[in-house]
Amino acid sequence: MDLCQINERVCKGCELCVKFCPQHALEMSEGRNSAGFHPAYLAHPDLCTGCALCAEMCPEAGIVVYRRQKARASQTQTG
Amino acid sequence: MQAKRRLVKGNEAIALGAVAGGCDAFFGYPITPQNEVPEILSSEMPRHGRVFLQAESEVASINMVYGAAAAGLRAMTSSSSPGISLMMEGMSYIAGAELPCLVVNVMRGGPGLGSIAASQADYFQAVKGGGHGDYRCIVLAPWNVEEMYAFPGIAFDMADRYRNPAMILADGVLGQMMEPACIPSEPPAASHPEKPWAANGRNGRSHKNVANSLVIDPHELRDHNRKLQAKYQQMQAECKWDTRLADDAEIIVVAYGITARIAFSACKLARKRGIKAGLFRPITLYPFPAKPLLETAANAKSLLVVELSSGQMVEDVRLTINGKQPVAFYGEMGGVIPSPAEVCERIVEAAQ
Amino acid sequence: MSTIIERPGTQTPEGLNCVFEKPRAMSDKPFHYCPGCSHGTYHRLVGEMIDEFDLMSRTVGVCPVGCAVFAYEYFEFDMVEASHGRAPAVATGVKRCLPDRFVFTYQGDGDLASIGMAETIHAAARGENITVFFVNNGIFGMTGGQMAPTSLIGQKTTTSQAGRDPMLTGQPIKVCELLSSLDGVAYLARVPLSSPKNIKTCRKYMRNAVRCQLEGKGFALVEALSPCPVQWGMTPGDAIDYIDEKVVKVFPPGEFINKLND
Repeated sequence: MDLCQINERVCKGCELCVKFCPQHALEMSEGRNSAGFHPAYLAHPDLCTGCALCAEMCPEAGIVVYRRQKARASQTQTG
Repeated sequence: MQAKRRLVKGNEAIALGAVAGGCDAFFGYPITPQNEVPEILSSEMPRHGRVFLQAESEVASINMVYGAAAAGLRAMTSSSSPGISLMMEGMSYIAGAELPCLVVNVMRGGPGLGSIAASQADYFQAVKGGGHGDYRCIVLAPWNVEEMYAFPGIAFDMADRYRNPAMILADGVLGQMMEPACIPSEPPAASHPEKPWAANGRNGRSHKNVANSLVIDPHELRDHNRKLQAKYQQMQAECKWDTRLADDAEIIVVAYGITARIAFSACKLARKRGIKAGLFRPITLYPFPAKPLLETAANAKSLLVVELSSGQMVEDVRLTINGKQPVAFYGEMGGVIPSPAEVCERIVEAAQ
Repeated sequence: MSTIIERPGTQTPEGLNCVFEKPRAMSDKPFHYCPGCSHGTYHRLVGEMIDEFDLMSRTVGVCPVGCAVFAYEYFEFDMVEASHGRAPAVATGVKRCLPDRFVFTYQGDGDLASIGMAETIHAAARGENITVFFVNNGIFGMTGGQMAPTSLIGQKTTTSQAGRDPMLTGQPIKVCELLSSLDGVAYLARVPLSSPKNIKTCRKYMRNAVRCQLEGKGFALVEALSPCPVQWGMTPGDAIDYIDEKVVKVFPPGEFINKLND
């Protein structure tokens, strides 16, 4: 289960999430969404800490972020 | 409660009539010759627990009215010709968003800064829309102080019924003159219709309400316009008029507002000279009482339209009569008011 | 690629806590804004405020004319669409009649600082108990990138093609500085929407501005310095950097007035 889920349907490919992800976990997709944009996606789920900075920067309110209920998120990651 | 007959100024009657008519909120900006309206309401509205606010401009006034009307309240403003021009954008939005409100225009001479004397030169602006787009306002034209008192309530009721802006089109004479009128010292309880469309906070409502005149899709906007036009057609049933000495009249004098008072005196003078003159007075200028006018004029030989303008309502009269009888016109401009004798001379001329 | 989520946050998987989702006060409709435009970000923050203060049932928002003209499509509470620049007057009408409602305007710099300056100043001067969410991106976005009263000196726009010339069109209007002389203002702050940290600051300022109204303190305004990548002719990333490098030099961020504790 990814901690960061990007709503590709509303993504306009502005890349702000990629720019501000401290873990460099996000990348832009080669493919296009229905609006013709290259959406961002979580390319490296293992790097994602659920910090939500990508969601904070997303102008489309298109990212939902989860965190594991136990605080030791990095040790219990299963993807 | 029996109202005592007393001397009342026209603008005072409008203000008290607004309170009696259930006005919840007044927003306005000073301009002559309507200043008594906001002056009186500045104390009357708070006394009845209602809203009064002097805005920074007519532009702000009409937009405050827009907000209050959108929130479901009976809102009004009052102004005079130049100020009304400034409100035209807001009126268009209010009409487009289908909101009820009341705008009072105590007309003065124009164009431009013009004068502060009485005029009826804003007829076109009032009845043909005024602002941009295809819309109409309900327009009521009082001719005495008692009607100045009664019409705000009537206008609010009509505005609510059709979700449409209403205007009272008075003039500097009606606003400034005093005459005896029966006006209750305390307003009656006004009944407000339900407004399920109001944008007043959802408070458990299943859907949101949006007051809006933006319809970006051309087909949807066309449909919206058709709906508005259908509403205006429906309004035709509510047209109001008055006739005096008209039953046997050979010449029908058509006039509204203060001019109708003068024209009525002139008709009586003409009758003394053996000319059977009668008065037809449109009370709703929009919807224009076309059918009643046709019926009233059916047996007349000719018509004379008298206005304090270069000839504006005369166009609606001529459209109505459509060439069946000659329609003469007499108008004075710039604040000059003809005497009954002068109008009588025109009746004599037109009757020949 | 991750799965397409129609309504993020509606189903939190077992063992996880949802820490970031679209506010409940917002509709599902995707924004019509250009890529990288922070109207969407600011909308989201407005939605967060409505959720956080539980104002959904008693909010009346007032939309501007400009890029955010369709703002009413994106929220689930009642709204009024004002004419260009008149949102503070419309909000005044609503708030005076329904003082227990939360009434805010959402306005751009053309709307608020150009055509609507009179309404802005007088609502502020009256201490009108409303909240203004002001987006300053220094340009008329909707109409095609014309010069705004907030455009920077030298900024190229479609009506200042050689760059804004102060001899011709004067200096940019600084709304917060201008309004800070008015006693009716209870809260005034400016913040760039240029980083997660600044967005958090913006959220803090907006919270203060909402509280001002709820506590009856008077007029509150938060100015968000925002990018307009398309009309600035930049990538979204470069536009964000431009705010931090250039825009904040002319429009210094910070709280100008805070009467919350008065």
